Amino acid sequence: MDFFYFLEIFFSGLTRGSIYALIALGYTMVYGIIGLINFAHGEIYMLGAFTALIVATLLGMSGFPAGGILIVAALVAMLWCAAYGYTMEKVAYKPLRGESRLAPLISAIGMSTFLQNYVQLAQTSNYVPFPRLMPRFAFLSAFGGVMRSSDFVILVVSALVMIGLALYIRHTRMGKAMRATAQNRKMAMLVGIDADKVISLTFIIGSALAALGGTLIASHTGQVGFGIGFLAGMKAFTAAVLGGIGSIPGAMLGGLVLGLAESFTTGYLSGDYEDVLAFALLVLILIFRPAGLLGKATVQKV
Amino acid sequence: MLELRGVNTFYGAVPALRDVSLSVREGEIVTLIGANGAGKTTTLMTICGGIQPRGGEILYEGKPIHRTPPNEIVRMGISQVPEGRLIFPELTVQENLDMGAFLRGDRDGIRRDMDYIFSLFPILAQRRRQAGGTLSGGEQQMLAISRAIMARPRLLLLDEPSLGLAPIIIHQIFGIIQKINTDGTTVFLVEQNANQALKIAHRGYVMENCRVVMENSAQALLNDQAVRKAYLGM
Repeated sequence: MDFFYFLEIFFSGLTRGSIYALIALGYTMVYGIIGLINFAHGEIYMLGAFTALIVATLLGMSGFPAGGILIVAALVAMLWCAAYGYTMEKVAYKPLRGESRLAPLISAIGMSTFLQNYVQLAQTSNYVPFPRLMPRFAFLSAFGGVMRSSDFVILVVSALVMIGLALYIRHTRMGKAMRATAQNRKMAMLVGIDADKVISLTFIIGSALAALGGTLIASHTGQVGFGIGFLAGMKAFTAAVLGGIGSIPGAMLGGLVLGLAESFTTGYLSGDYEDVLAFALLVLILIFRPAGLLGKATVQKV
Repeated sequence: MLELRGVNTFYGAVPALRDVSLSVREGEIVTLIGANGAGKTTTLMTICGGIQPRGGEILYEGKPIHRTPPNEIVRMGISQVPEGRLIFPELTVQENLDMGAFLRGDRDGIRRDMDYIFSLFPILAQRRRQAGGTLSGGEQQMLAISRAIMARPRLLLLDEPSLGLAPIIIHQIFGIIQKINTDGTTVFLVEQNANQALKIAHRGYVMENCRVVMENSAQALLNDQAVRKAYLGM
């Protein structure tokens, strides 16, 4: 158990955690605005991986360089899934606004099942290989190979994207409108913010982030399947709850904490307990600190 | 400027406004007084497009607005200071004001209005970077009024600005409302504090059980026996 082994596990945990964080952001942003746990969000991540696979396969045939293919595939996947997220909200959630909270939740589960089955029928029920598109960075080997090139790419890309998102939400007009709507929807309406637009934007951003996560992880693990959205979605949901659902920095922190915890369990105990750990963590958090690490405790009025 | 004609609003099957008719002319302060639950807040929410009336019509500068979405109504120049102030608690004072100007693009005008607000309420300038939720009740009311002014309304709707405030702060706030009016904004003021409201208003309406039951000049209402007994505690 030397130090290099520790570092290796640390970085692989960070990689995993930043993917969880990317997906968790979609959960937490949607929850913050409309109070819905969008259980179909994991499927958007899966669709992102499939979209990237299709684009990468097409571009691969025309002889593009691998790095370029990865970038184009990720961008197309993000755009395409943003459209999916936008449509999903209009079809499955908007008509149920104003109904009991349970109605859109059930609709979300239905949407999740539908999307899984749709991809299973339209694509395949088997795992399919995803081309190795990650660039190789020679300088990383100077550090004793504790960090793989794909780890490095995932870390840098997700860090940049999350910083970008944080700046967007903090400083832009629509970013402030999103925060205002999350804090008081009625007042947001009274200052002239179009809540429908803000909600759509939230789904668009969240879905694009999930698609980016899907693309990155698929090129990291080298395979995709129609069912990958379920587990990733549940883990990211755990991360969002861990950090404090509704809190954007919370989702980032929750993702990293969960990724590291899983990685260290796998590395020092056994890989068999990886999923158990995540969900045990979810149960513990719900019992002892339901508001999460960065969330604020609120009293539900009845 | 604003006219309600026979407006009926319901919450589900429960009527909240019955045949409400009233008007506000340009340059006036008009007040709507009445007890808790009489329908005052519903009247304002119906004007703002937060609730759609089931019958009757609302005209703003001659145009019907009772089917217009709330954000369009703000754009047309009506903005509301809602009951309970509804400050965005985790946005800073500055960001709350920015949100008031959400639909505006004229940077110079926004800066000028910001200066105007800080001249009305110097305390807000000091608290600029503080989260809205950390302000005192009176400061929050000042912020709520300022946020509404940042939309540069031609008609300002105020819902119970005196609620929960100390008398000295109420006095200050009502003075500012009067100043805003003389600076050119028409004001429609909903109040339970009938005495204060009638003192600054030109005209007044009295609401009871979802209906407008009385209409007169503010002075006449202040002297009216029934009003004095029911709303002024005299």
